[in-house]
Amino acid sequence: MSVSTQPSTRRRKRRSGALSPPWLFAAPALLVYAAVVLYPSIAGVVYAFTDWSGIGDMSFVGLANFQAMLGDEQALGSIVNTLLITVAIVVVQNGVGLLLALGVHARIKSQTLLRVIFFAPVVVSPVMVAFLWKYVYNPAPGAGLNGLLAVVGLPSQDWLGDPSLALWSIVGMVVWQNAGYSMVIFLAGLEGVPAELHEASMIDGASTVQRFRFVTWPLLAPALTINLMLSTIGGLKLFDQVFAATGGGPGYATETLSTVLYKQAFVFGKFGYSTAVALVLALFVAAVSFIQLYYLRSREVAQ
Amino acid sequence: MTHLRYGGRTFLLEVVMIVVAVAFLFPVYALITLSLKDPGQIAESPLSLPAPPTTGNFGAAWSAAALGPSLANSAIITTVSLVALIALGSFAAYFLARAQTRLGYGLYVLFLLGIVLPFQLGMIPLYRLVTDLGLIGTHAGMIIFYTGIQLPFTVFLYTGFIRALPREYASAAQIDGAGHLTAFTKVVFPLLRPITGTVLILNAVFIWNDFFTPLLYLGGSGYETVPVSVFAFVGQYVSDYGLVFAGLVLGALPIVLIFLVLQRYVIKGFSSGLKG
Repeated sequence: MSVSTQPSTRRRKRRSGALSPPWLFAAPALLVYAAVVLYPSIAGVVYAFTDWSGIGDMSFVGLANFQAMLGDEQALGSIVNTLLITVAIVVVQNGVGLLLALGVHARIKSQTLLRVIFFAPVVVSPVMVAFLWKYVYNPAPGAGLNGLLAVVGLPSQDWLGDPSLALWSIVGMVVWQNAGYSMVIFLAGLEGVPAELHEASMIDGASTVQRFRFVTWPLLAPALTINLMLSTIGGLKLFDQVFAATGGGPGYATETLSTVLYKQAFVFGKFGYSTAVALVLALFVAAVSFIQLYYLRSREVAQ
Repeated sequence: MTHLRYGGRTFLLEVVMIVVAVAFLFPVYALITLSLKDPGQIAESPLSLPAPPTTGNFGAAWSAAALGPSLANSAIITTVSLVALIALGSFAAYFLARAQTRLGYGLYVLFLLGIVLPFQLGMIPLYRLVTDLGLIGTHAGMIIFYTGIQLPFTVFLYTGFIRALPREYASAAQIDGAGHLTAFTKVVFPLLRPITGTVLILNAVFIWNDFFTPLLYLGGSGYETVPVSVFAFVGQYVSDYGLVFAGLVLGALPIVLIFLVLQRYVIKGFSSGLKG
């Protein structure tokens, strides 16, 4: 751009409102979004207060669906399970992901290969991972994980059949699949920590642990926030792995909000009740999202 | 840690990490070795190497799980949805990023709401709508679903990227007499390549692997995607691990191969996309 044209472009830029694209650019996207997400979600909130069974008329029943939930062992159990699964996934997946990230971030020769290995399960369908782990969790003494335990002399477990163990077995397969996802987000954070800061702290005589605590960790905050949000929402909505591995059993031991709302709708035909369960799930997800958003905002202000 | 020389501690860490990776790969070892065994070999020694390996499971699984047609269904649904998402998402984001009006801001917030809303809330009303429109069991139904459900995230990524671009590019083109449409398609869109790559990768992995909705919309229709076909196939042959695992290997192979070829871009897409 030559110098002589600059003043005129500046003048144009000042009235850039005239150069803004027309709202029609957003119209096709808005139409599809409204049809697939907005309208059904609003209708879903309405359905949650009805007794619709999939056929015939629906009538409003007020809070009856939510009152029924309070007396429904399966639904209440699924809320507890969903919260337990979510907390376990958030803690273990991010803990493992952080350790893997720190490991492959060091100058080891196999770092590229290791990144690819740890990340690979992320791109595979969760249903297929669940079927693979169903074999790993085979109760037979010589098969899968039990075969490995036998090598070191430990007793076999009925990983998915034992009601007190099944939930944690599900957490194990989810962590195996998604730890690599947390790892790459932490890695992106680690790569943003300036080397000079490490050097300066080393010159000041800081130990490895001190360097992590006072230099690396505070700068990992954005990556941690993203990871916490992703793993929390993923845990709350968990369906595929449970549906494929245990179907919610044994008994109601691994039932989650998503498996319950699926069964209520497509097995029992209780569409109104199912949507009420979905609304509870949506409220959990919204609460977590708003807390995260609030936290992000307050940190931006602090910076 | 990165600036340290390769010394004793780093070597020790390398050994530890490799041991962890070997343990991590145990399920994959089981997957591959069992897919190469017949039922007799599996019963006899489930965890040993297959001796001799048999490949018969693969042919049987390919036809029993109808993997040929399923791969075609998945490919069609994923590809068309991605084209629609990139076209609709980038156009919408261009308006949302550049409009300095209340309407623009309001619409942007409305789209962001879709990232937070779990699709289960609208699941039943949408199922009813799709049924009424006769789109159950069709590619079109799935494509419209994925376009709608992934638009919020797509719009979010594009809007953040476009906001960081200088306005001058498009303004210059418009001063030269180009309309908004030409300025966007000829000047702005090509500049969006990095974020288009991210949008492509994240949406492709999600759509290819999605299970819940295709199970509802496509189950039993003959237009099943790979995860739905594999689900039905495993349910039918659940006790024959060799056959089931051959089906899992074949079902997962396309996306794993694409990942291995493009690993640098895929990992980058996953680690950067969410920062906006």
